[in-house]
Amino acid sequence: MSIIELDRDTPAETKLRVIDCDIHPAMTAWTEVHPYLAKQWIEHLSVYGSHLRHAFSEALTHPRMSPDAARVDAYPDEGGPPGSSLALMRSQHLDPNGVEFGMLIPLRWNPGSQRNLDFGVALTQAMNTWQIERWVKNEPRLRASVLIAQEDTAGSVAEIDARASDPNFTQILVLPRTDEPFGRRRYWPIFEAAVRNNLPIAIHVGGTNGHPSTGGGWPSYYMEEHHAVAETMQAVLTSLVFEGVFERFPKLRVVIMEGGLGWIPSLSARMDKHWTRLRSEVPHLKRPPSEYIREQVWFTTQPMEEPGRASQLIDLFDRIGWDRLLFSTDYPHWDFDDPRYAFKAPLSEAQRDQLLYRNAQAFYGIR
Amino acid sequence: MSVLLPYLDDYWREMVRVRALDRLNLSLTSYPQNAPLSCRPDWKLDNGQKPGSSLEAMQAHVLDRYRPRFGILNCLYGAQVMHSEDMAAAFCRATNDWIRDEWLSRDPRLRASIVIPAHNTELAVAEIERRADDQRFVQVLMLVSGEVTLGRRQLWPIYRIAERLGLPIGVHAGNAYRYAPTATGWPSYYVEDYISQSAAFENQLQSMISEGVFAKFPGLKVVAIESGLTWLSGFIWRADKTWKGVRVEVPWVTRAPSEIIRDHVRFTVQPIDAPDEMEAILRLIEHLESDELFLFSTDYPHWQFDGDSVLPENLSGALLRKITSENALATYPRLARAERLMEIGV
Repeated sequence: MSIIELDRDTPAETKLRVIDCDIHPAMTAWTEVHPYLAKQWIEHLSVYGSHLRHAFSEALTHPRMSPDAARVDAYPDEGGPPGSSLALMRSQHLDPNGVEFGMLIPLRWNPGSQRNLDFGVALTQAMNTWQIERWVKNEPRLRASVLIAQEDTAGSVAEIDARASDPNFTQILVLPRTDEPFGRRRYWPIFEAAVRNNLPIAIHVGGTNGHPSTGGGWPSYYMEEHHAVAETMQAVLTSLVFEGVFERFPKLRVVIMEGGLGWIPSLSARMDKHWTRLRSEVPHLKRPPSEYIREQVWFTTQPMEEPGRASQLIDLFDRIGWDRLLFSTDYPHWDFDDPRYAFKAPLSEAQRDQLLYRNAQAFYGIR
Repeated sequence: MSVLLPYLDDYWREMVRVRALDRLNLSLTSYPQNAPLSCRPDWKLDNGQKPGSSLEAMQAHVLDRYRPRFGILNCLYGAQVMHSEDMAAAFCRATNDWIRDEWLSRDPRLRASIVIPAHNTELAVAEIERRADDQRFVQVLMLVSGEVTLGRRQLWPIYRIAERLGLPIGVHAGNAYRYAPTATGWPSYYVEDYISQSAAFENQLQSMISEGVFAKFPGLKVVAIESGLTWLSGFIWRADKTWKGVRVEVPWVTRAPSEIIRDHVRFTVQPIDAPDEMEAILRLIEHLESDELFLFSTDYPHWQFDGDSVLPENLSGALLRKITSENALATYPRLARAERLMEIGV
């Protein structure tokens, strides 16, 4: 009753209509995936666990600054980690923030980084079914991502093809710390499958591949590690451009998730400038790099940039292209962006609706 | 390499002879000799000589043409990246001797950066001390991607002595390739490696800030050389925001990264990664809230600009003076001292 009253009292202009392109669902217990894993892999998981190219089998290389990298208010009363309760996700996020659609980005286990390729593929299959059974079937606003273990190209393509006919999957999900830069030829069957099935590829921060998180070595602090994901995304985008992925797959659409926005204009200009000088090395590129990026790459907005002046944020959006920006909150993580306060600049209603809703609506073909 | 022979001691001269080290080409992968970027076409030398290896050509191309009061030499060569720390130290020492004799002593406008084996702090400090009294060495040179991130405590003795001697740390684009140049592994193409250098500058500034280098050495200056420049806006926005969120991890970082950069870090202006360089510089000045961060450079003999357009036309007189001299004099104490001595006619 009180909710209805609140609704009636809410001024029309503050009513939100949001597509959240980055929601992280979690498992209350990892046994949740048992129904979707072969007995062999359940045993493998309990006996050997993750086998990654870094020191900790379950933990990340750099401990986060808050437990589970989460908002402190995101722990469900009934127990379990943040993001594991649909009821709380609804009451805390989907309902009050006007989320009409939410894209699930499951991050557990780094399947694409598993050294045991069969194990990685099995995990992706299980987690893909888990997204549908545990989340999408119970909450029609949510959509799943086809998680793949990209180092097993054939396994990845099979999984993409197997899921493509289910409209509950809106995209293919890869984490950027791949074994080789993601534009390299070994991954091209994945791009081919994406185009064939008309699914965009989402590249969300994460993964581990044995390479230090910076080209100059391992950082000591989480403050550096957190910053470096932006430079990693720059490397991924550079690779996709210069390997000729966009040239070869002009229908491929890529969305870079949680990599920041401030670097996009400068990196585009840097690519153009040095391509002009060094283009004889990459004759397969027919156009300036910035054109491929402008046409085939989108970016989620969280963590939103906060320049010194509002006009600088508007200028940044102008230079990236307003239609390339897809709103995301990163719920339930600590650096969550609230759709009401994320943009520290005066936006018109039309601009706000474009960023919060219409761009993602067009990108994912939501009717 | 053969030019270094006179500066090596008996042991290393013999090693060069026995191992035929002088037949090795120790040019850096970061700058392939014939890559278009490595040398502007009209700055190429006859007979396939290494770009930038002739003082007479440098005088004609840069020193007599733009008539700078000072020009700082940054020698990029294999000496500083040899895996053997002893060999690196011996070759760095010889390189600095050679710079002194073949360059600094032959043109009074020239100054140089001290080439060091940065991966052995003790030997690096010894090399800096060896050059301390020669005022023509005005800076310490490090590659942006070496053996460890640049903020690491093991490197601090280098920063300590640099601060004490009034030598900025010049961090130049370039990679020792101890690791893949990106966190996603080895790119296929040289152009990708080169583009990744600006990201390396971002990571290294974040490292130096996070580890507290500038808190520990408040007098230290760092000059980012050939970094591309326009990445700076996005960098400070992200770095400031991240710091606000997680500063409890690094309690010694008591000021926003953008403030630390304004006080401690300077940037050379070639290349400027933007289609409109004038607009880019003005935008950076607005974002960084300072016109004191940018230092004139040609990046000779690298091919970053054509003709004489080292700087965008139409820069205001005041800004032009800042970029072409005032900012550098404020950054390099040894240049400022030399400038004063010239003015009083010593």
